Amino acid sequence: MTTATATAHTDDHHGPEKGLMRWIKTTNHKDIGSLYLWFAFTMVLIGGAMAMVIRMELFQPGMQLIDPQFFNQMTTMHGLIMVFGAIMPAFVGLGNWLIPMMIGAPDMALPRMNNWSFWILPFAGGILLSTFFMEGGAPAFGWTFYAPLSTTFAPDSTDFFIFAVHLLGFSSIMGAINIIATVLNMRAPEMKLMDMPLFVWTWLITSFLLIGAMPVLAGAVTMMLTDRNFGTTFFDATGGGDPVLFQHIFWFFGHPEVYIMILPAFGVISHIVPTFARKPLFGYSSMVYAAASIAFLSYIVWAHHMFSTGMPVAGELYFMYATMLIAVPTGVKVFNWVSTMWRGSMTFEAPMLWAISFVFLFMIGGFSGLMVGIAPADIQYHDTYFVVAHFHYVLVTGALWSIIAATFYWLPKWTGKMYNETLAKVHFWWAVISVNVLFFPQHFLGLAGMPRRIPDYSLQFADFNMISSIGGFAFGASFILFTYIVIDCIRNGKPADARPWEGAKGLEWTLEPKAQYHSFNTPPTRALIEKESQNS
Amino acid sequence: MNEQEYYVPSGTYWPIIGSIGVATLFVGFANQMHGASWGGSIMALGFAILVFMMFGWFSQVVKESTSGMYNSQVDRSFRWGMSWFIFSEVMFFAAFFAALFYARQLSVPWLGGADNNMFTPELWDGFRATWQQIAFNTPGATLQSGTAVSVPTQLVDAWGLPALNTALLLLSGVTLTFAHHALRAGHRNKIISWLVATIVLGVLFLGFQITEYGHAYHDGLKLTSGIYGSTFYMLTGFHGFHVTVGVLMLTVILYRVQKGHFSADNHFGFEGVAWYWHFVDVVWLGLFIFVYWL
Repeated sequence: MTTATATAHTDDHHGPEKGLMRWIKTTNHKDIGSLYLWFAFTMVLIGGAMAMVIRMELFQPGMQLIDPQFFNQMTTMHGLIMVFGAIMPAFVGLGNWLIPMMIGAPDMALPRMNNWSFWILPFAGGILLSTFFMEGGAPAFGWTFYAPLSTTFAPDSTDFFIFAVHLLGFSSIMGAINIIATVLNMRAPEMKLMDMPLFVWTWLITSFLLIGAMPVLAGAVTMMLTDRNFGTTFFDATGGGDPVLFQHIFWFFGHPEVYIMILPAFGVISHIVPTFARKPLFGYSSMVYAAASIAFLSYIVWAHHMFSTGMPVAGELYFMYATMLIAVPTGVKVFNWVSTMWRGSMTFEAPMLWAISFVFLFMIGGFSGLMVGIAPADIQYHDTYFVVAHFHYVLVTGALWSIIAATFYWLPKWTGKMYNETLAKVHFWWAVISVNVLFFPQHFLGLAGMPRRIPDYSLQFADFNMISSIGGFAFGASFILFTYIVIDCIRNGKPADARPWEGAKGLEWTLEPKAQYHSFNTPPTRALIEKESQNS
Repeated sequence: MNEQEYYVPSGTYWPIIGSIGVATLFVGFANQMHGASWGGSIMALGFAILVFMMFGWFSQVVKESTSGMYNSQVDRSFRWGMSWFIFSEVMFFAAFFAALFYARQLSVPWLGGADNNMFTPELWDGFRATWQQIAFNTPGATLQSGTAVSVPTQLVDAWGLPALNTALLLLSGVTLTFAHHALRAGHRNKIISWLVATIVLGVLFLGFQITEYGHAYHDGLKLTSGIYGSTFYMLTGFHGFHVTVGVLMLTVILYRVQKGHFSADNHFGFEGVAWYWHFVDVVWLGLFIFVYWL
């Protein structure tokens, strides 16, 4: 932390290159952040289209539109694309855009690698989507790709899926390494760790989750690859292996993955709530410790996804109690957000609406998570629509909600322009009502025993499925309005102030209204950092 | 460059070339496995593009570094990057070690009837849950994938070549440290001799490993020899691949030492490769203990 004053040394002092090559060659964190965000947005639309197909098929009992095999391809690819193509890249995009601005740096620490971690993604996404056009169709074994469905009984296209996962893993690991190096090495010399904004903290912690978990996923798919093609028997009991081993390895990745997708969301909400409550964030340091505890616990609870797979009772008990523990730091976070709002001078601009509804709806997902974490009860919930409702409440109204909230909150800083607040409010209410119509009935469906991943169902599930589908179509349509609002802001938005939100704190708001190409050429002073700190 | 300035590198085409290379490699590989005659060539093309990318990208970084464009902050970023990259590699190996422990401690004993004593008779007559001999029990068995199980006629002996290889690799860690000390003391001839010694030890290790594979394969231990063969070849195979990469990296470092790229207090390239080599060393210790010995 000794260097760094004066100007940034680079070949592009005067801003970006012109034309397409700007985007191919760029080493700029804002360019790369935008690429990530637009990529994620495209993937949301593709994965969303698949969700629409699923909801259309489930609109009524009986086989309506597509055959069961294709239905399975839809649920599988919907999950994979949303997790690996939409939510994760969107958060990396936000991290790229915001972290250098928040820590007073000119750019990321390893900008060329940053470029590569983005430019692997379109290739990985392309390979993944190309499986639809192969003989036997796309993978249809569910996004969790359990063996032996994914080894012995899967189409040839599975090998392309495996390589796509490898590529996505490379990208995530490089992205995480870059964020760690940036936060630890590019931070303004005067900024202590406990001065860092919470989005930076949560992303730093998330990076450690990525580096620990993604290589394990790479190992899992590599074992799948050799089981499929080279006669190894990792997941085949005939040779002394065990399909259950796959589940252990997968969920050792899969559970940290859950927190990879929610910790940055916690960071975003911890910025928006204080701004619109016009109060400092309540319990800054407890927020940091809670995030770190959640990350640690996420590594030691994986088998709660496997209660019905079968394991010794001692194992079930351990994984159940460890899972319950996560509710403690998560509760700390929720109470801190609520306490931040307590007696604040609250206003309800679009980002705040999304943030408050995040707190409510994520809490529903969190509590249903506690329910499925209870080993004896989970036998009933397992593989039903209750689980589908649970993880959509945390991933859609949790992770995605925070991404949309972040988009509205920082859009003025990204574009220098203000979005249309009226339309944004209409969009919010449209989305928040439809998303509950979509997912809330699925709790009841699951409790009544409707299994997930099936194209047809028993007649008693008909009404709730129709309601859910109607909510789904409405929620899908809300993205048309969202697209319009964002593009309208970029093209016709009114000029925004450098600090468009009255109560906003953070170094990013000290930059020009449309943040300059290289964020900080001179590191901010101690006085400025203290003034803009969340921890004060 | 000035210690008081931030450094942001210029844009390059190398990342996109790398993406094209790795995607080509994987698409070729997948088609090769599915029996396409052209799969191998596409794979080779992808590999060539990757090599071209690495050569180009690293040369550019070396050029920028030797022309003094980097400051100590860039150096620290590289260090953070390399250390966490190595940690990610540790986690990759951890997945395979986990599979090994799981099979030895849980799934193979379970197949033998541990904990419930009711599963085995349904499988094969006279099945015994023994680790290395897992395939002995299942002559003529066919795997779910349709391939026949290969039954080895002999066990791998830890105290032959593997023990020798352990000594070689440990020794190479020492010689590399001597090279590092020589580098810090500024004795170029000594650096070169110790580096050459390290590379020779690495190559010897690889040679013995290939010989060892030859013996094992000849005795019928293959990837298709049940979970023992699977874990044996995947763990030692990935390790051997990493040693190969390490030897190549050391060779590049040797070339760069001869070119005078490093100074006594500015030689991250050397140190990064040294860390990597020690990591490969430590993984081997784990392999020797858990795959060969116990």
